[in-house]
Formats: sequence, C-alpha cells, structure tokens
Amino acid sequence: MAKVPKPEELLSGISYKPPEKGWMAVKPDLRPGTYVNAASAKWLKFLDYPFPRDWSVADEDWKLPPNWREIVLEGMEDRLARFRSLKVFFDICVRCGACADKCHFFLGTGDPKNMPVLRAELMRSVYKRYFTVAGRVLGEVAGARDLDEQVLREWFSYLHQCTICRRCSLFCPYGIDMAEMTILGRELLSSVGLNIEWAAASVGSCYEKGSHIGATPQAYKDMIDFLAEENERITGVTTEVTYNRKGAEILFVVPSGDYFADPGSYTMMGYLLLFKYLDLDYTMSTYAAEGGNFGWFISHEMGKRLNAKIYEEAKRLKVKWIMGGECGHMWRICNQYMPTYYGQPVDFLEEPVSPITGTRFENAKTHKMVHISEFTADLIHHGKLKLDPRRNAHIKLTFHDSCNTSRGMGIFEEPRYIIKSVLPEENFVEMPPHTIRERTFCCGSSAALNADEFMETRMKGGLPRATAVQYVAEKYGVNHLGCICALDRATLPTLVNYWVPGMEVTGITELVGNALVFDDEIDRDMDLRDRELVYPIVKGEAGEETEEAGMEAAEAPEAEEGE
Amino acid sequence: MKLTNLLSTQKSLILDRWLNQILANYPPQTAQFFKREKDRFDNPVGYRIIQGITELYQGLVSGADRDQLLDSLDEVVRIWAVQDFTPSQALAFVFLLKKIIREELAQELQDLELAEECLELESRIDGLALLGFDVYMKRREKLYEIRVDEVKKRIGGLLRSKGIDLANL
Repeated sequence: MAKVPKPEELLSGISYKPPEKGWMAVKPDLRPGTYVNAASAKWLKFLDYPFPRDWSVADEDWKLPPNWREIVLEGMEDRLARFRSLKVFFDICVRCGACADKCHFFLGTGDPKNMPVLRAELMRSVYKRYFTVAGRVLGEVAGARDLDEQVLREWFSYLHQCTICRRCSLFCPYGIDMAEMTILGRELLSSVGLNIEWAAASVGSCYEKGSHIGATPQAYKDMIDFLAEENERITGVTTEVTYNRKGAEILFVVPSGDYFADPGSYTMMGYLLLFKYLDLDYTMSTYAAEGGNFGWFISHEMGKRLNAKIYEEAKRLKVKWIMGGECGHMWRICNQYMPTYYGQPVDFLEEPVSPITGTRFENAKTHKMVHISEFTADLIHHGKLKLDPRRNAHIKLTFHDSCNTSRGMGIFEEPRYIIKSVLPEENFVEMPPHTIRERTFCCGSSAALNADEFMETRMKGGLPRATAVQYVAEKYGVNHLGCICALDRATLPTLVNYWVPGMEVTGITELVGNALVFDDEIDRDMDLRDRELVYPIVKGEAGEETEEAGMEAAEAPEAEEGE
Repeated sequence: MKLTNLLSTQKSLILDRWLNQILANYPPQTAQFFKREKDRFDNPVGYRIIQGITELYQGLVSGADRDQLLDSLDEVVRIWAVQDFTPSQALAFVFLLKKIIREELAQELQDLELAEECLELESRIDGLALLGFDVYMKRREKLYEIRVDEVKKRIGGLLRSKGIDLANL
C-alpha cells in the first residue's frame, strides 16, 4: 500500500534545504516565480552586447560560451583594478552580520542567501579562490570556492533578488555598499550573455525609440497631449506642451511610467498644471523621452549610454538646465554616478536657477538637473503658489521614501514640505520611524525586477514595506500611499493590492495639481482622477467663489531646521 | 468544558511547540530570527506567523466564527502562498496542532470523560484545515489577479486616451 505522508513529513525542508552541510553545498533552485525571464537574443544583438542567444532560466543548459569562466574571471580582475570599492568591500567585510536582517528580501523570503553578508559572499568566495593567496592554498577552509556553472546560477538568482536599495549599507559599520557589488556582479553575468528580459527589452526600446516602453515619438506626443486635454476638461485650464523646442529655458524629462501608466499619468497632469500656473519656459523631448534608466541595471556602461541621451538632447536644444519629474534612479545616477561616468561636470548647461524665485540650486551644479520636488518645495517656501488643501480632503496620505531619492540623494524634507502644504493638516500620517527616511523599506520590485513573472518574489520582497503601510491604514485610516518615484507608482499598487487592499498610490505632484487654484479655472468638483471632491468649488456668475467654498492661499508650513 | 480549560491553561506551552514546529521548516538561522525579533516591522514574517497562530488557537478554544478563523488563517497562509509552499505544505501546520495537543495533554487525555470533547476538537481542527485550503486558493488566485491588474494599469493611460474603459477589457 502506498504510504500517505504525515503532516510533519510534508513539511520537512520546504523550500530551502537545511544548511547543516554549509551554504556552499546548497544549490540554487530556479523555479517559475523565483526568477525574471532570460533576455532574448534580439535585444542583445541590437545593443551589441555579447553572446546573444535564446535561452531559458529553467533550462539545464544555459548555452554559455565555452570560455565563459575565463571571461568572468578576467572581468572580475578588470573590475577589481578599476573599482577600488569592489576590492575594498571584498577585503574588509568581517561578516559581523549587522546587515543580515536588514534586507527586505531576506525578511520576506527567509532565505539566508538573501542576507546581504551572504549574498556578497557568493561573489567574494570566487574572489578569494582566484585572487587571494589564502583562498588559492586553503580553498573552502578559507571560504573560497571554484567558479562553476552552479555558482553562476546562484549569482543570477541572488543578484536579481537585490534591488540595489542600499538599506544594508546603512547598517554596515564599514559602509560596505552591496549595491556596488550587485551592479558589478550583473555586469559579469552580462559579459557571458546572461541578462534578464525586463531590463534588456526596456533598454533596447529606450535606445531605439526613446523610452523603456518603446513608444514612438508620435505616441509620446499623443499621450501627453491627451493628458493636457484631461487637465482642461477637469480644471478648465489649457496646459499645452511644446516638444523639441530649441531655446527653451528648461528641458523637462519624465519617466515613461508618468505618461503611459496609471497612476503615474495623474502625476503627469500635475506637472503640466504646475508649469502652466508658472508660465514656465520649458519643453519636452521625444528623444529624451525617458527619465528612468534601466541600463544601469545591466551595466555602468549601459547606464551611461542612456543617461547621455538626456544630456545630448539638452545640448541640441540649447536649454539652460534640466528638470526631472518624480523619478528614482534617474536621480541616483545624476548624483552618484555621473561625475564618474564623464569625469567632469556638465559644462554646456548652466547652474540651475529657478526663474520664479531666483533660487540657485547649488546642489545641482555638477549635473545641472533639478528634481521637481526640490523645485516645488522652493516655490511654496517663497509663497508662489495659491493652494487649497481642502481639494485633497478625501486623501489621507502616508509617504514612502523611495530608496534612490532618499538614501541615494537625501531628498527627505522636500516632499513632506509639499505634502503639508497641499493636504489638510490632519491628513498626513508618517509610517513608523524605522521604516521611513534613511531606513525606508524598498518597494521590492526595483532594479528591473518589476516583471510580472517574478510576482511571488516581489510580494515577498515588498512585505516589510507593506506591513508599515498596513499599520497606518488600520490605525489611522490612511487610504493613499504617496511617493516621488515612477517605479514605485508602477509597483506599489500591485504590492498593496496583495497585502493592503483598498490602498491607492499617488505621486506628490498629482496632489499639487489637485490643490492649485487658478484664476480662470472652472468649477472644481472633481480631482484629477475624476473623483468627487469633499468640498466642491462652485464659482458664482461673476467668477467669484461662493461663500461656503471660499478659500485662502495655503500658508507655507514653518520651514524646518536644516532646510 | 474541561478540555477547553486545559487548552487555556496550557496555551503558551502548546503555542510555543506549534511555532517551533512551523519554524523548523526554515533554515535554522532564519527560524531563530523569526522567533527572536519581536518588532513587527523588522520581522514581518515572524510577527505575522506568531500573531496568526495565536489567534487561530484562541479561536479554536473559544469557538470563534468562520469569518474570524478565515481572517486568522489568511494572516499566515498568504505568506506561505508566496513563499514556495505547495498547498499541502502550507496547510500541514494545522494538523500539527492535533499531534502537539495529544502529546502535551497525554496524561489528561487518558480521562475518558474528555474523549468526546477531544474528538470534537479534532474535528474542528480538520475543519480549520479545510478552510485553510479556501484561503490558500484565494491567495493564489489573488496573485494571478494582481498580475493581470498590473498589465492593465501599465497601459491604463493609453487606453483612456483612446476612450477605452479598462472595466470593459
């Protein structure tokens, strides 16, 4: 008689083999839901990247080039010489474990190889074996191991379970930056033709047509024009956009999620309303039609290629400076990598100065790009916007610090300052302090991991973020999650749909768009998403607001220390 | 009633064993962490598991209604529905409780007066497992639903611009 297993027998060793035999002996188990699909050959050919071929992650044979080991080891040697950070990080980690329980992927999966210390060890063990004397002589005793195909599979799996968010490095006493290792590790994978489709297809599309989603210039213009029409329908204000206009003062660049995907499209409407309010001299480009940069998720070289498009276009259009929309990694690249990419500051643009307030953005003197949150906070600080927070009275908000803008470049106060100016005071609630600002939890889907086939792992990685969101939803009745990153706007709705149903995700400039008071606006009874306002604004015949709907310009909140 | 009282007095002991057996399915260092770290934000999985099984146990003892039990089951099962657990693996934890109670209350259960209550309890645990399958299925369906929703949202603006209502797709 066949034996039916007992419950405890069913449970033994569910997903991770018991690691009594040591972590090196635990082989990666790549099953659907745990990996992002392999990049197809056509994109790599188009991008002129090595070893294009069609392969599948689930296959036994990854069709690696015969000399793949030499390529990877030579690549590692090259990077050890070029990136001092990599060598220093490999050498100084004492495996203290301070980072171990700080990664959202470890917290959500429970897989020890997602502890940053162990994830780094996956590469470090190979470094030790081939580049240190102790490792060469003592092998496994010294934590060294040979580079074989299983190791490469392990790299592929775990380097794509890191969103480059750097939360771990915040807790590392040496400040070891796991993100650096992940990026360089992905470069090594790419050098033998191991890329993920979600990154390669986005990069190829951006390179070929202008944006990650591969929209043609015509589609780009159509879509933004449509959102301008939507603005006119809802507010009565015409927010026309000029495209590729030479001599404009500012080139405005947004991530493609903001003009195609919901809810980013409402943030886009907010941008257009704000610029119309200011009569800003700006233009948008069909060539620099992508603020995001998935290239950086493949290699630094590819990151530079995509970043250069924005600057080449700024040069061609002869603008003075660049403004960027609510985007995450666009900022990380500007602030953290551009000086290294180019070796010098951008010299053909001017140091950005707000034409409305005269504020000089000295922080942008190297890359000449200003984040819209910096720009807007400055406007409010100088009392340049007439805002009616009651138009956002239906929104009870908490704010998610996006990793790239917060840990990556220190934008903490600006979005909060804006939020406090456009929302009724009691409508903003912070999540617990150890889940925001520097210690913010990642959305769990960044770094080109927001592919739908990766959904299970994304839900695990996003669990810590969702837990804090759920807490403020249940305790304070929060119904909106705000952020200033397009990847967040693309992925957080899905995350909260699983863990905190009923929560909406919004960009901050959408809220600005709702609150802006135009002299020539029509009755405002709907927000930008066509939802009814709690306090509809009905104008009298003479164009004056009725008594009960009258409002004052919002007073700028007290400037906080250090602003 | 007698058994209910026994289950209440032995609650912490039984829950601790139940938790240990559930956590034994994770690698040792993970299990230690899930049990040790009490902050719900720093340890969402461990916190939810402890919270969920405590509620389930209380629900069983106090005769909670179906909806309450479904909520408590969801607290833990939705984690395992994305953590590579098959349905049988995700729900096996319910049956473990039977064995733990039998072992922890071995002496007391020799009292024949308790036999009827004991059978009743075990039936309810079986019922809990069956509800668990409903929850697991619901969560897996939710996963597919959110995949579809995400794709729709990705092209949401484009469709609206062409006058197509997402609800019609």
